[in-house]
Amino acid sequence: MSSDDNSQGCCCSCGEGACEPSADSNARRDFLYMSATAMAAVGAGSVAWPFISQMNPAADTLAMSTTEVDLSSIEEGQAVTVMWRGKPVFVRRRTAEEIKSAEDVNVADLRDKQVDADRVQKPEWLIVVGVCTHLGCVPLGQKTGDERGEFGGWFCPCHGSAYDTSGRIRKGPAPKNLEVPTYTFLSDTLVRIG
Amino acid sequence: MSAGPRTPFENKFVEWIDSRLPLFTMMQKEYGVFPTPKNFNYFWNFGAIAMVMLVTMLLTGIMLAMNYTANSGMAFDSVERIMRDVNYGWLLRYMHMNGASFFFIAVYIHMFRGMYYGSYKAPRELLWMFGVLIFLLMMATAFMGYVLPWGQMSYWGATVITNFFTAFPWIGEPIQQWLIGGFSVDNPTLNRFFALHYLLPFVIVAVVALHVWALHVTGSNNPAGIEPKSKDDTLPFHPYYTMKDSFGVTVFLVLYAIYVFFMPNALGHPDNYTLANPMVTPPHIVPEWYFLPFYAILRAVTIDIGIPFTEITLITAKLGGVLLMFGSIIVMFFLPWLDSHPVRSAKYRPKFRVALLLFVVAVLVLGKVGGMPADVPLFHITEDMIFTTTHVAQIGTAYYFIFFLVILPILSRTEKALPMPSSIHEAVLGKSAH
Repeated sequence: MSSDDNSQGCCCSCGEGACEPSADSNARRDFLYMSATAMAAVGAGSVAWPFISQMNPAADTLAMSTTEVDLSSIEEGQAVTVMWRGKPVFVRRRTAEEIKSAEDVNVADLRDKQVDADRVQKPEWLIVVGVCTHLGCVPLGQKTGDERGEFGGWFCPCHGSAYDTSGRIRKGPAPKNLEVPTYTFLSDTLVRIG
Repeated sequence: MSAGPRTPFENKFVEWIDSRLPLFTMMQKEYGVFPTPKNFNYFWNFGAIAMVMLVTMLLTGIMLAMNYTANSGMAFDSVERIMRDVNYGWLLRYMHMNGASFFFIAVYIHMFRGMYYGSYKAPRELLWMFGVLIFLLMMATAFMGYVLPWGQMSYWGATVITNFFTAFPWIGEPIQQWLIGGFSVDNPTLNRFFALHYLLPFVIVAVVALHVWALHVTGSNNPAGIEPKSKDDTLPFHPYYTMKDSFGVTVFLVLYAIYVFFMPNALGHPDNYTLANPMVTPPHIVPEWYFLPFYAILRAVTIDIGIPFTEITLITAKLGGVLLMFGSIIVMFFLPWLDSHPVRSAKYRPKFRVALLLFVVAVLVLGKVGGMPADVPLFHITEDMIFTTTHVAQIGTAYYFIFFLVILPILSRTEKALPMPSSIHEAVLGKSAH
């Protein structure tokens, strides 16, 4: 900041008599007001952020974010449920028929358009998060004898959403296909989810 | 807050306090001689009743918190310990559980009273809005309280409700993770819900203080909906209304006690006596009864709203339901301006009265279908068209919003009111008063 006469206040800059603040000193005052307010806002924001962010997932919660699954004991047509990030993940070893019915679907007719190949890394293994995309219930269809809905995948008992053998939404209120988590095959029989 | 000119008290101790802080003068002015319309009916008891329930919830809640553990591994067992081992723990918990229901009963009747007699109209708009804010805070508090026992309904209720936020595009999922502190409802969620469940009631107390303050500025409305004009129209609050309120509170507490002692679980859900299990969803998730109308509105939206003749969806069915559900409460804030008819009381507005009673029916019907599974077939309209619970919810939801957004503004402009009495005194005694 320059130390011209304005910096000593308006009365010194306009001489004796009626003291009119010059336009220059008004602009200077506005600038000081605005920069002080801006600094106060930045200060308040930087105090508020830790208070807000403490509610985000903590480091230990984030650290639990991968799960490994041994696939060797799963027979064709069987499915297992594993926990990942506190949610169930469905791992299904699909039969040839199930793969074919998932691939033969006309994608244009789907609510959430996705081809089967985009949802699996190996057609035999379908891995999806077992949480209905409507309001978060766990769909049925993992156990033999469970209701699987009319498309042979999963059926959500809460509000009646039906998923196909690719985990895609086919009927009911859910807006999206069952989510495919990121996963890597560490070997032919070991997969890491997350 | 100065009390103005003070009349000295005879009791030396009271006078010593009052001359330094005029608490006794204030109580005397606001609850002793406070001029109160003399034509109150029993609907005017429910403010006092709600206040008694709020205090009951605070007291039992603090005592329960002394025995409860907010940890997902221990919460369920600590509630069972309260029920079995803690001295009178069963009583405290049943009072708290059923107290929530009876608090809502009192508040719903209190809100109906406000709507029927036009208590929200000028100059009491802000008083009404504080009331709606209290209602919102109560809903948040009740929802988080229901999560604390960590049963199946606690867990899945929390999951479904926090999943509402994922309906919002882009920001939805980060907001949901921020709210629950993880990728699914778990210990961090339980912990913070306990902290907030303990905090919010005190916020409610503060807003109730503003609500009562605003009430004592404007004075109470009354069944005739006309302002008191002379001393003939009012009575001192004490002993007339302290007595009437005491009687109403007593009757209400008798009903409450019947539930607490003889059917404490009648309003709850048996699934909540099963420990929370993230891997198994109960077949039919329902919220507590006092949320059912809003739950029905949430589920009433079943179609995506998009740009016609394109594939673009603007609002998914899920987001539409969430917006309507929040909207159903937000719209209440605007009630004083949606209904601008100069006459307050439904007693002198026959058309408004019919529309309002239909609104009550719509809310009750929404509550009924909200507790039933979606898409339950009720009857056939034609061979293939089946009328289901979802259709009932859609009709109820439509009326809910049409009442606020169409009927009230139209009636405000067109309805001709019945002849009104010239004063409260005349309303009570008829023409013979003059």
